[in-house]
Amino acid sequence: MSRLIARAPAEGLTPLDADGTTLIELPMEPITAISPFAGQEKAVNAALKPLGLRFPKPGQSLARGKARILWTGQDQAFLIGVAPPEIPGAALADQSDGWARLRLTGALAEAALARLVPLDLRTGAFPLDATARSLLNHMPLSVTRTGTDSFDLMVFRSMATTAVHELDVAMRSVAARQDGG
Amino acid sequence: MRVAGRGIVDRSTPVGFSFDGKEFTGFAGDTLASALLASGQRLIGRSFKYHRPRGVLTAGSEEPNALVTTGRDTDRTPNVRATVQEIYDGLEAQSQNAWPSLGFDALAVNDLLSPFLGAGFYYKTFMWPVKFWEKLYEPLIRRAAGLGALSGAPDLAPREKAYAFCDLLVIGSGPAGLAAALLAGRAGADVILAEEDSVFGGRLNGEALQIDGQPGRDWAAAVLAELQSLPNVRLMRRTTVTGAYDQGTYAALERVNLHRTPPGDAPIECFWRIVAKRAILAAGAQERMIAFRNNDRPGIMQASAVRSYLHRFGAVAGARVAVFGNNDDAHRTAHDLAAAGLTVTALIDTRPDAVVEGPFPIFRGAEVINTAGRTGLHGLSLRHAGGKADIEADCLAVSGGWNPNLALTCHHNGRPVWDEKIAAFVPRPGSVPGLEAAGAALGVFSTRGALDSGANCAKTALQALGFKCPSWEPPEAEEAEPGITAHWAVPGPGRAWLDMQNDVTVKDVKRAAQEGFSSVEHMKRYTTQGMATDQGKTSNVSALAILADTTGNGIPATGTTTYRPPFTPVSIGAMGAGGWGMGFAPQRFTTSHAASVDRDAPMVEVGLWYRPSYFPRTGESSWRESCDREVTMVRETVGVCDVSTLGKIDIQGKDAAEFLDFVYTNTFSTLPVGKCRYGLMLREDGFVMDDGTSARLGPEHFVMTTTTAAAGPVMKHLEFVRQAFRPGKDIRLISVTEHWAQFSVAGPKSRELVNAVLDKPIDDDGFPFMACGAVSVAGTPGRLFRISFSGERAYEIAVPARYGDSLYRLLVAQAEALGGGPYGMEALNVLRIEKGFITHAEIDGRTTAFDLGLQGMISKKKDCIGKTLSARPGLMEDREEMVGLKPVGGVMQLTAGAHLFAATDKPLRQNVQGHVTSACHSPTLGHPLALAFLRNGRARHGETVKMVDHLRKIETLCEVTHPVFFDPEGGRAR
Amino acid sequence: MRIPCPLCGPRDLREFSYRGHAVGLDRPAPDAGETAWDEFVYLRENPAGPTQDLWYHEAGCGAWLVVERNTVTHEITGARLASEAAS
Repeated sequence: MSRLIARAPAEGLTPLDADGTTLIELPMEPITAISPFAGQEKAVNAALKPLGLRFPKPGQSLARGKARILWTGQDQAFLIGVAPPEIPGAALADQSDGWARLRLTGALAEAALARLVPLDLRTGAFPLDATARSLLNHMPLSVTRTGTDSFDLMVFRSMATTAVHELDVAMRSVAARQDGG
Repeated sequence: MRVAGRGIVDRSTPVGFSFDGKEFTGFAGDTLASALLASGQRLIGRSFKYHRPRGVLTAGSEEPNALVTTGRDTDRTPNVRATVQEIYDGLEAQSQNAWPSLGFDALAVNDLLSPFLGAGFYYKTFMWPVKFWEKLYEPLIRRAAGLGALSGAPDLAPREKAYAFCDLLVIGSGPAGLAAALLAGRAGADVILAEEDSVFGGRLNGEALQIDGQPGRDWAAAVLAELQSLPNVRLMRRTTVTGAYDQGTYAALERVNLHRTPPGDAPIECFWRIVAKRAILAAGAQERMIAFRNNDRPGIMQASAVRSYLHRFGAVAGARVAVFGNNDDAHRTAHDLAAAGLTVTALIDTRPDAVVEGPFPIFRGAEVINTAGRTGLHGLSLRHAGGKADIEADCLAVSGGWNPNLALTCHHNGRPVWDEKIAAFVPRPGSVPGLEAAGAALGVFSTRGALDSGANCAKTALQALGFKCPSWEPPEAEEAEPGITAHWAVPGPGRAWLDMQNDVTVKDVKRAAQEGFSSVEHMKRYTTQGMATDQGKTSNVSALAILADTTGNGIPATGTTTYRPPFTPVSIGAMGAGGWGMGFAPQRFTTSHAASVDRDAPMVEVGLWYRPSYFPRTGESSWRESCDREVTMVRETVGVCDVSTLGKIDIQGKDAAEFLDFVYTNTFSTLPVGKCRYGLMLREDGFVMDDGTSARLGPEHFVMTTTTAAAGPVMKHLEFVRQAFRPGKDIRLISVTEHWAQFSVAGPKSRELVNAVLDKPIDDDGFPFMACGAVSVAGTPGRLFRISFSGERAYEIAVPARYGDSLYRLLVAQAEALGGGPYGMEALNVLRIEKGFITHAEIDGRTTAFDLGLQGMISKKKDCIGKTLSARPGLMEDREEMVGLKPVGGVMQLTAGAHLFAATDKPLRQNVQGHVTSACHSPTLGHPLALAFLRNGRARHGETVKMVDHLRKIETLCEVTHPVFFDPEGGRAR
Repeated sequence: MRIPCPLCGPRDLREFSYRGHAVGLDRPAPDAGETAWDEFVYLRENPAGPTQDLWYHEAGCGAWLVVERNTVTHEITGARLASEAAS
């Protein structure tokens, strides 16, 4: 029998470049939602320990090797990059295919996001490894700072086309603004 | 004309532009107003109501008169202030409200009719007959009145919206703003300095003031250079802060590229939302006029504007200038003009005791009583203690005092305070939390005073922000506050203009008071004073002062009208930026989207989702043909439909089962693992919220399906119930809608099709009706549910979304091999109507479980959301109940939305007995069908009723039937 | 308008949706009677001054909040998790 062929959420839509600031789609990796039950923080942390991770505080993301865990809401974090271990005391849900993961990198990244995201993304308020749930214009968004001028963005898979379009417009707009005036 | 040796425009860079089709040349740095004045063009436009010739009154954004239309054809912008618009090569500007030409305007006849057209004229004259208003008066008035016109074509110019955050927002960059920004910047605070103008420095650019022994603008340039070097300071020029909102949010409009031909994709404007922990309003002040007869002629200007044009642009409206004022600033104007070598023909001060000397004729205790010059000033008459005099002048500089720019301090409903000493309103402290006014915006007019006040505000702000304030060595600057004696209007005959944009005179304001419109808010609306696009910036205070004089109430008791955002006009395009085209709402595409488009399926929007309407085949000429074929295909062989858009909520935890019992009317704790159950969900008010199936994947693990439309609201509802009513319980919810691609496989051959893609085939014993479980789909772990929305044997097969496209294509190909194929929304709808299955056409927010015949699903053994109120009087008896309809007369049409009547009743509102919610043609039964709600309908099966569609003019006799038309026993699905 | 989410910090209004007065947390017993249910589902005060209402941080952490604010001054004086207010 034929095997099913995998397709990435933003296939064919990236890379984009505006004056050196780029948007790429990150490779598909395992994403697991981890929701600890009340009072189970310790058990969850113990289960994550072999990965060198723990359950993050609100607004925090932690990375170790291939694995990254980011806080994604009340009692919820996404483990990305590795298959989930057994985690007693938490509800786990596979989210690997639910999200388009994009990386925006470059000198104009923060300015481009300022066109779409109602968050204070200044380095002081949103330092390296800070993460937040918010909006990308009208779309639900998870945003994480992964470098001085680099952000990882997650939007619903079904909205990938619109997300890339909106980012494209914002990137080109801020790039065109560089032209003096 | 240009004045040699004055101004900071770049005289080595000429700029060509056109006005009313005529070519002009100005210099880089000129505004349209300064370039036109420099070229001798004083007449710029015609007034709103009387078509009076008007010129430039101001040098800033408060301009009421010099409004033009820029651009042409479909790409034009009306009501652009010539005093704000910078010139650039190729700029095209047109005058407004003049026909056939600016110099000769036919509707200037209105000016002759003015005795009849005063305040309240329209209200009194065009009251009757009523029908004349819409047909005759309004079109006439609209044609005669008004300013520039829109092109009527969509405005496609790129604009953007953006967010910014800072510790301190400084609004305005005159001495106060620069001092504040400098201190805060040096302290290390994140500062945004917003300046409305194209250059920083505020009035320092328009005056001959000295700071620390150097020209003010050189001092400003040095401060600016330091600010530019600070990474924590963001300089935003051409940016007007237009509103103060809650919790330190400010709106600002940046004119990014209105001063040049925009490069590439660059936006022309940006609408900013700035969130600032603290803000300093250093927006300066605006000079007001004095009202006197014919004070609106081109060439009559604010004294400060005359100085701005002289010092900043090296331009003047005429060689002979007279100055008229009630304060010491008027003297400054006369001296500056004389020093520039211009002829000052008179300095006229209303104060008998004014202390002034100068190389020009001086009239103390004098007033201008009239002016001459039809399309441009050439002389004036004045009255003084010794009598009258006629003075030659091409330009008259008028100063009635200064109004602090305090609008932003009033945006939270704060009212300003009258300060008799400066004869002006000043901000009420604390009226916007976190915002303090400094400098002229606070009523401090001297340069030194402004610098100190800016520094003080910065100190307060830095303290609040937790920064150490650097030491401040105040620079040397003039310290004298200008003396003033209020003087609003010169008494006498004729028309003395207050609001030049809406053509409101002193007489109009007095008449309003006499006719009982003595509150300032009533006067405003009766006369339209302050209601034009300039919001009466140059006339509001004078008008209310005249009103106060007329009523005798005094200025403090009269008060101001309400200041509302925006401070200056903001284009709708800027506010709506990012919200049109694809930015209006996200498009949600299923994984089968490309495959459906490949098959030429027309896509239909379902919420944000795009779903295939039907799949046309060669030879089919209408959607009905395709739909009928697809329905028959599902009934006879097998069809495939993407159902991924339905909401899927993963529910886990040891309290999950009880939670489902609480949110559904029926019981889920008894559902065995590996089984699905249909569930009905109520709102707390007892009406139906949503329905769907939920599957039990494990003892503490469910997946709930919601309708496509209600996926978001149901998630929000479940989270509320979980957090508000089940806090601390082990229940965790997460949407898995996006993770799974899910396809319905429906029809007698559905098992055969499913088995063609499953690695391990299923049979009915292992996988009976309403079973669910994990399966392997062509090597991929997936889920299978045996549920049906068509009434046929059916499965829903789910795989991780990355495989959705592949699985869909595989299923469709295999279905076609079995004589089946894909089906779309139209067929899906017909299939469910034939079976009497409900959607949100039936669950429209007004229907109860009883109405749907589902009252038996409300468990008596447990509580659930909505249970108590579902049993209240009126929800369980004498209701419109769901029924089926089929046509029985000559007319065979059934339409959704049509009303139902007893066969013998007239189709009148009071006789309505129900309505049709869904209708279709059933290819299975060979006639139209409908689902409807009919009063006491369940007891009326077999009765004939009349369907009337008043909109489409259709009247159909129908038989009332059971809502399940096809296979009522449900044997086919099992 | 900015709402201080206890988990996310101050956030723009557009991330939130509104439900109404915090009385919505006080669900009566099924047999509490018509008056109690009427007050819970329908009757609302319209205060000029301090009030408490329910907001959902829909585009943020997903928490339901009880927000204390003043309808006259627009001041927001606090926000806590509905799950904590309810327990």
